[in-house]
Amino acid sequence: MASRRQLITDPVFENNPVILQTLGICSALAVTSSLKVSLIMCLALTSVCAFSNLSISMIRHHIPGSIRIIVQMVIIASLVIVVDQILKAFAYEISKTLSVFVGLIITNCIVMGRAEAYAMQNPPLMSFLDGIGNGLGYSAILIGVAVIRELFGAGTLMGVTILPSVANGGWYYPNGLLLLPPSAFFIIGGFIWVLRTVKRRQREKVDFVIMDAQVKEHG
Amino acid sequence: MEAYLSLFVKVIFVENLALAFFLGMCTFLAVSKKISTAFGLGVAVVVVQVITVPANNLILNLFLKPGALSWLGLGDTDLTFLGLISYIGVIAAMVQILEMTLDKFFPALYNALGIFLPLITVNCAILGGTLFMVERDYDFGESVVYGLGSGVGWALAIVALAGLREKLKYSDIPPGLRGLGITFMTAGLMSLAFMSFSGIQL
Repeated sequence: MASRRQLITDPVFENNPVILQTLGICSALAVTSSLKVSLIMCLALTSVCAFSNLSISMIRHHIPGSIRIIVQMVIIASLVIVVDQILKAFAYEISKTLSVFVGLIITNCIVMGRAEAYAMQNPPLMSFLDGIGNGLGYSAILIGVAVIRELFGAGTLMGVTILPSVANGGWYYPNGLLLLPPSAFFIIGGFIWVLRTVKRRQREKVDFVIMDAQVKEHG
Repeated sequence: MEAYLSLFVKVIFVENLALAFFLGMCTFLAVSKKISTAFGLGVAVVVVQVITVPANNLILNLFLKPGALSWLGLGDTDLTFLGLISYIGVIAAMVQILEMTLDKFFPALYNALGIFLPLITVNCAILGGTLFMVERDYDFGESVVYGLGSGVGWALAIVALAGLREKLKYSDIPPGLRGLGITFMTAGLMSLAFMSFSGIQL
């Protein structure tokens, strides 16, 4: 059994849920145009993931196998409702910006995937840590993308000006593309590229190997 | 009628669920290796979307909205906080019913779509469609059109991506970028192309 520290650090570096397992990409792309919003989203997802793992693990011996998906779904949905109501009460502006994406934590595959793959077999404390670890793995990517997008797209971080833009009398020409949705695809694609260049083990097998063309010269 | 038509076109192209809002990305990237499977999944999403968005619209208007339960003598009880759990319940139940109906009456269709149906419950495009419907306050007619349009838009996007990936596997890609990496880049370029529709006024 993995040590407790590994439970938290593994999903961040070795087995990242977003980059390696392709889980939870929807929100990773959609909410990352500003750092503040992404931080709130990370907090929401990490807490939902940790507490859903905890509660599912506590009742894992009592859940009949045939209806386990529905049971997990109900637990996750209730936790998301709690998070959603808290956000509406204390951070109304941000909950407006996040709009449907808080609700979509329910169908975020990370939460469901960890509940099914880890919490159903392991004791509560370990599952809780696993939830936090995977939440952090997701947060690492989200924050990385958000920093790049906000810093170079608008010249600010958390709303504070870092690179004074030309429109405000500074020197930095903001890259407007980074604020638009497609840039998130390129940035995450770039992350994957860097990670897989460094860690060869994580590369995918290819269907076709390209042969070097041998061109014979005539005459 | 014209309003419905413009909503339909807008949902498919301008507000494409997959490429403008990134919904259903997990399946979008995972099940787009072959055109035929991508098409099957696309059709399944259209069917489920057409059923669940209007169904959730009825749930919202008949049970959850403030004042909707006044026929029970409950005055203006506001149950909208139960929204999320009811929508996902409706979606899970609908998918299950659809699966059983297809199995019983249309075995051929079931064999083609069957494996995709359980996947669809946790596809964020379905729940996302419902949540957008709630947020934008569509009435019943609009919700039917929205369900159909968003499903068709998603199907279009995944079939197009699968087509690109089928060609892409013969190309020489840097080792670290093979597989997932290049798929992300491709989807990004597609999303960029779809943004050109956003200037269209309807």
